[in-house]
Amino acid sequence: MNPKVTRRRFIKGVIFSATAATAGAGIYIANAASSRSAGAVERLVSLTVNGRTRRVDVRPQETLAHTLRYRLNLTGTKLACNRGECGACTVMLDNIANYSCSLLTHQIKGREITTVEGLRLEDGTLHPVQQAFIEELAPQCGFCTPGQVVSAAALLIANPNPTREEARQGLSGNLCRCGAYDHYLNGVMRAAELIS
Amino acid sequence: MPSHDVMPDMDLFQPLQIEDALALADRLGDSAWVLGGGQDTYGWLKDRAKTAEAMIDLNGIESLRGVRETADGIEIGALTTLTDLADNALIKERYGLLSSAASRVASPQIRNAGTLGGNVSQDVRCWYYRRGLDCYRAGGNLCYADTPEGMNREHAIFGASRCVAVNPSDTGPALVALEASMVINSVDGQRIVQAEDYFVGPANDIENTTALRTGEILTSVRIPNTWANATFYFEKVADRNVWDFALVSMAVAMKMNGATIADSRFVAGAVECKPRRLNDVENAVRGKSRDETTAASIGTLASNGARVLAHNQYKVPMIDNLVKRAIVAG
Repeated sequence: MNPKVTRRRFIKGVIFSATAATAGAGIYIANAASSRSAGAVERLVSLTVNGRTRRVDVRPQETLAHTLRYRLNLTGTKLACNRGECGACTVMLDNIANYSCSLLTHQIKGREITTVEGLRLEDGTLHPVQQAFIEELAPQCGFCTPGQVVSAAALLIANPNPTREEARQGLSGNLCRCGAYDHYLNGVMRAAELIS
Repeated sequence: MPSHDVMPDMDLFQPLQIEDALALADRLGDSAWVLGGGQDTYGWLKDRAKTAEAMIDLNGIESLRGVRETADGIEIGALTTLTDLADNALIKERYGLLSSAASRVASPQIRNAGTLGGNVSQDVRCWYYRRGLDCYRAGGNLCYADTPEGMNREHAIFGASRCVAVNPSDTGPALVALEASMVINSVDGQRIVQAEDYFVGPANDIENTTALRTGEILTSVRIPNTWANATFYFEKVADRNVWDFALVSMAVAMKMNGATIADSRFVAGAVECKPRRLNDVENAVRGKSRDETTAASIGTLASNGARVLAHNQYKVPMIDNLVKRAIVAG
């Protein structure tokens, strides 16, 4: 195997080609739908994701998690329960944490979307939450980590100096099956120190 | 049960004015799903347990958001999120009961998207019904929960009629306690329904949890000054502190006359398919002080008449104890 083709890149490639196939099918269905009802939404939308404006073809009923992962290739946002019951898909909308599996992409036109990919600085410096999570060994298996990072970042925007209890509340919408909650809380408290 | 990652194919309308939304709701009728925060909606649609041809998304209608002061209290737009409700200074100051209830709904992210209108209009959580089985509530002719093998630990101890599901709303009991009224609009005009009458049980209407009808949209909730700045108590008992719906909740407003209770509203949640007013308790505590003696004298007034199922007997002592805790809480 070519050493440059990492496992991650390979998987991304597979997902991307699958997306292209779905997008084609989607257009066909949407045409059928738009002939059915006048006044429904325009499919082509501009989304502000991580500071960049992206033009995307979005089906009317598509969730934001789906758009991020399968159209914009931002796979840091995880889809686990897809029912607003786990928090792995958490993103920020105008700096407020939301479940991207439980929002329609069409509802957030004009709002600023920040995914886990958009948290680090241009020069690659990690976000204080990411740095603190590394230092405190916050994640265990890592699957829920992107959601935890985004929730913690949103919490620290609203409340840069949380008590441990406030941090607990702030992260309470994110499940961790490893049960690394206290480690995540240690991470949030350290991140608050790094920021101040 | 098949689980689907994607939403079913459907149209989406995003009106910017309430008049347009009402016209759409009228024109599309039963084929449309009126969408607020969507936190109760998407599960139904993804599971294909309920379907619609189109969604009417109200989120673009700015006039449906926010809290306004009125001559006789406050008016809350139906699209106000539960987070905004929990953090609103005016509501915290005068109607802390509603702030407390809103802050206990689901999880922070759901409160950031979920709306007051959605919280009071959400469907029941009975898993047999949610799974898409043809139970009474779904138009069929049997109940899967009230059977010897049925899982009914979360179900009703009052007011069951064929269906034994409870109304899961946390803000509902608080609104009933505060004597709120619901403003409902349609192309035919406006009607105002008392919160107490907004929620309906299966004896009156087995397929709906509210008085809202096809073509109608709940636009706001009005709370009168009647209970402003009263003494409040709210408690929600659930298996987990986050996400879970109430096993039993208690919303109480009390007007004190010195050390005694001049008047009160005791409303229990998750014991019936609508918030349950505890009139007997209200009558019994009138003129009494908030102490252990009064609490003890209440006995089982709250649970009298309860009819338990196989797995929800615990709700009987729970509702009685919550009343007692509300009385003595200091």
